[in-house]
Amino acid sequence: MSLIMLSSPHAHGGDSIRLMMFTVVLALLPAAAVSIYLFGWLAFLLIVSCMLSALLTEAVCLKMMKRPLSTLLDNSAALTGLFLALTLPATTPWWMAVLGSVFAIILGKQVYGGLGHNIFNPALSARVILLISFPLSMTTWIMPMSSAAPALNLFDFSTCATIFFHGTNALLTSSHLSLDAITMASPLGHIKTEATLGVPIADALNAYDYSYLDAFLGFEAGSIGETSALALFIGGIFLLARHSITWHIPFAYIGTVLLLAAIFNQVAPDQFATPMFHLFAGGLILCAFFMATDPVSSPVTPVGQIVFGVGCGVITWSIRSFGGYPEGAMFSVLLMNCAVPLIDHYFRPRVYGHHVDDQDMGKS
Amino acid sequence: MESMNGLIYALASLGAFALCAGIVLAIAQKIFHIEGDPMIDNVDALLPQTQCGQCGYPGCKPYATAVAGGEAEVNHCVPGGERTMLQIADLMGVEPKELEQEASAPMLAFVREDECIGCTLCIKACPVDAIIGAPKQYHTIIADHCTGCTLCVEPCPVDCIDMLVKPELIEHWAWPLPDTKRSQLGHERREQHAGHA
Amino acid sequence: MPAMLRTLAQKLGLMAHTFPGGIHLDMHKLSAAAPIEDAGISPVLILPMKQHIGVPCTSMVKIGDKVLRGQKIAKSEGYLSVPVHASTSGRIVKIEEHAIAHPSGMGMPSIFIEADGDDNRDESLEPITDWRNVDPTILRERARMCGLAGLGGAVFPTFIKLVQDRRFPIETVILNGIECEPYLTTDHRLMVEQASEILDGMAIIMHMVGSSAGIIAIEDNKTDAAESMQEALTNKDGMDGVHIEVLPTRYPQGSEKQLIYTLTGREVPAGKLPMHIGVLCQNVGTTKALRDAVILGQTLTERIVTISGDALPRPANLNVRIGTPIRSLFARQGLEDFSNIQVVHGGPMMGERLRHPDIPVVKSTSGILALSQQAINAAHTVENPCIRCGHCSEACPASLVPNLLADLCRSDQLEKAEDYQLFDCIECGACSYVCPSNIPLVHYFRYGKGQISLARREQVFAEASRQRSEGRDTRIERENAEKAARRSRVRKTHAPKPAAEPTTEAAASTDTGSTTHPDTKPTPEEKS
Ligand code: SF4
Ligand code: SF4
Ligand code: SF4
Ligand code: SF4
Repeated sequence: MSLIMLSSPHAHGGDSIRLMMFTVVLALLPAAAVSIYLFGWLAFLLIVSCMLSALLTEAVCLKMMKRPLSTLLDNSAALTGLFLALTLPATTPWWMAVLGSVFAIILGKQVYGGLGHNIFNPALSARVILLISFPLSMTTWIMPMSSAAPALNLFDFSTCATIFFHGTNALLTSSHLSLDAITMASPLGHIKTEATLGVPIADALNAYDYSYLDAFLGFEAGSIGETSALALFIGGIFLLARHSITWHIPFAYIGTVLLLAAIFNQVAPDQFATPMFHLFAGGLILCAFFMATDPVSSPVTPVGQIVFGVGCGVITWSIRSFGGYPEGAMFSVLLMNCAVPLIDHYFRPRVYGHHVDDQDMGKS
Repeated sequence: MESMNGLIYALASLGAFALCAGIVLAIAQKIFHIEGDPMIDNVDALLPQTQCGQCGYPGCKPYATAVAGGEAEVNHCVPGGERTMLQIADLMGVEPKELEQEASAPMLAFVREDECIGCTLCIKACPVDAIIGAPKQYHTIIADHCTGCTLCVEPCPVDCIDMLVKPELIEHWAWPLPDTKRSQLGHERREQHAGHA
Repeated sequence: MPAMLRTLAQKLGLMAHTFPGGIHLDMHKLSAAAPIEDAGISPVLILPMKQHIGVPCTSMVKIGDKVLRGQKIAKSEGYLSVPVHASTSGRIVKIEEHAIAHPSGMGMPSIFIEADGDDNRDESLEPITDWRNVDPTILRERARMCGLAGLGGAVFPTFIKLVQDRRFPIETVILNGIECEPYLTTDHRLMVEQASEILDGMAIIMHMVGSSAGIIAIEDNKTDAAESMQEALTNKDGMDGVHIEVLPTRYPQGSEKQLIYTLTGREVPAGKLPMHIGVLCQNVGTTKALRDAVILGQTLTERIVTISGDALPRPANLNVRIGTPIRSLFARQGLEDFSNIQVVHGGPMMGERLRHPDIPVVKSTSGILALSQQAINAAHTVENPCIRCGHCSEACPASLVPNLLADLCRSDQLEKAEDYQLFDCIECGACSYVCPSNIPLVHYFRYGKGQISLARREQVFAEASRQRSEGRDTRIERENAEKAARRSRVRKTHAPKPAAEPTTEAAASTDTGSTTHPDTKPTPEEKS
């Protein structure tokens, strides 16, 4: 028999990276489906191109580093691609999507030494690089497929292909539409601009024709995967039920945002939006359930995860309320990613038998 | 004029701060002054104390003195191996250096007692007093005290001291690092079995 | 039914104390319904000299000696030690090293007994039926003489725990019938079949430590055992302070510290014993063995062993003589060909993989498993990088952060690993079990612990050597000084010169040398 030392345990629960990542992909399916329903072929093309280019980049990296290609099958690259796609505006051209995926895999993951060693969430870091490099494209929101956008049929493949491969301007010139006719501001962006003009939030939202129900279901402007709170909740609950994530990060994160929003909304309702508005707006739910819970770049211990979630919540709400950008969820997660080693060090659980009260020991 | 004043204030306050810091440092040095060279003891504490002289010095303390004084490289202690070398390099704040000689397995000296003529020469050679015996009597090595330095082998006129590999005790056995390519274990086995079949 | 209420409360998460972490395992209790069978006596029994935690024993017999069953054949050589007894009558045929269940594959000096088939008992130990009126110290000595050690697998000498210490009175005696390892069913069957005997043992323990409260802990996957114990408890007099707790099944509930926390809400402080918080925990098998030692005067010569595994045709619970080669037990259960099979000693979570089945059953053998190669391969596949998922921290019953610890061990940052409480890891394996990256975390911890112990031993030895070397140096110096003193005395008698002031060195030599002539300080040449 072999001399290789094998320590106990001689049994394993059967969980694997591949399975974990696959579960997350499954959990994102509702959001992906809704994104296709809302943004038609545009969403489809984005998702496919991001996933394919992420996989391809990963394969090239593995080849170059002489690692086994079987690592591709761990689903992590595909997941990164899917994540990235869901955070992009529908009108993102193909080359930006591909560039983003390449960034995500190379700069977000492989330069740190591959899966498990990255500090930041790869998809989010790529998304932020894109936002900084192409601020205009990354904040142009096309109207979703609802009555609000009769001008454009997103289920028409050729229209979408024109936008995707030649850019929005190409479509505008060929279809004699104005940009304003097919785009709109996101709710967060809208209240931010109005706030600078001194318009109270409630009035701004009235002008925007905002409804909580639309926001909950996803009929509003935004990145393709972040608009529908409903679809994301379904995915998040699936993850919780499958024990892929624990409740700590999402609850601490969302709870903090809601709490801060509630307090400040009570104090100054004209300047601070309601908790419900914050909950359904922007990428909060996507970030809380999927991005912040990315295992590699979040703390390992439950207490640390709560601290991490609270930190994300505070930063998100602060950027939304005071910052220059309308949306802060992505930044907040990236910022808190930096703090993870520190959190891991300082918020370790109390080890069994340490710092217990020694008073009731013995009778001497 | 005003900027001139500002400059003077800045310089003065900086100077005052520096003065205070200097005084505090001087006092601290007085209070925490340590007799002797602590570095020698610190280095000595890292050495395995085999006292074998393989470093070219007559024992661990002399080698520690030489290292602390910057006269010797950090890589001469043979029994200490890489770990000791790294620790000393770390302590001294110098670059680690490649070892010149691999440490052998720990040894133990053993006297074939029926051949011993009781000349006591080995006692004189033993750096840690691990050999007991009176003139003209059998000499014995206290296994628990022997550092395996081999210094007693040479002086023995009848060559009755053997160096044996120190027996490994089951209580002292330690787990090696895991084999990270454990799936190969499966492969090997499967191939083995395929071969057998 | 308070027990049921408690279980319900725990299920709903309302219970205040249940140890942190823990996991749910596939229990594979294949032999749960198999009654205990006697495995008979093997022609040759092999008894290793050390079958407990602590100091090894030394042999008291020679080759050719005739021994009786239960006769002491190796005596303990220290406090933390218990003797070894012949497990059947016969002749000592050899005393030599033999493989034991140890991961190193190293052997242990062992006594080989050739059975004569008569199985005559050594009757020298008197039964103590009236134990309630016997001084606990006498019973304690009986437990030591009979070679009792924790039969749950830890084999800690039992008598050490059975002590009355005025500073640490035992308030609660816990009978550990949890048996949370997959496959193993020895305690389970014992509770079903011999509940009354176990309770006698528990009563003896409570008498010995002077406690009147007791808890019998059983997991809810062994309701038949709980029922049988409950029935025996109702029929037994004088055990009013004892009740049964049925706990929800969770691994590693059977671990002493975790069980104590679940039942009492108190933690055993690091570096202390359960005794220090007024608790005594005993395993079911050991308790039954204690009863036999006291009431029947029988030394420990047999134990119950679960023989199971996914590759074994007939799983069973066997009453086995200690020293029986496990190959013969496997043969009895229909397994002869060991290709494609891995043998594990103990349970799959904490047991050792054996290199071959030619080792004897010892006191710690709670089970022997024949696992298929596929099962083992699935548990030990290629190690992937840690994805920091935190599953391991979540599973750890000691609240450690296994992935950080493993990193520290891997990179030999052992001091830091100690700071992160590496030594509080109970090696339960829960973390490795759940790790999606298949990292052998426990293996890293064992490596780290081994290296730290090694470094500590080396340091102690180096320090002792340094002192010996320094002692030698000062001795030589003194001898030289004495020599010099003598020489100078001789010189002085020849050349009358005014004497220098006496120095300390000179003072040291005065008692051996001249008192009439004050010495000169030795010159450097003389000194060297
Ligand atoms: S080689 Fe190492 S152990 Fe030997 S005397 Fe020199 S310092 Fe001491
Ligand atoms: S040197 Fe050799 S002969 Fe002399 S006492 Fe030592 S062992 Fe005996
Ligand atoms: S379970 Fe494994 S992969 Fe997850 S954090 Fe622990 S060691 Fe890392
Ligand atoms: S083996 Fe150690 S680190 Fe792992 S779960 Fe058990 S106690 Fe925790």
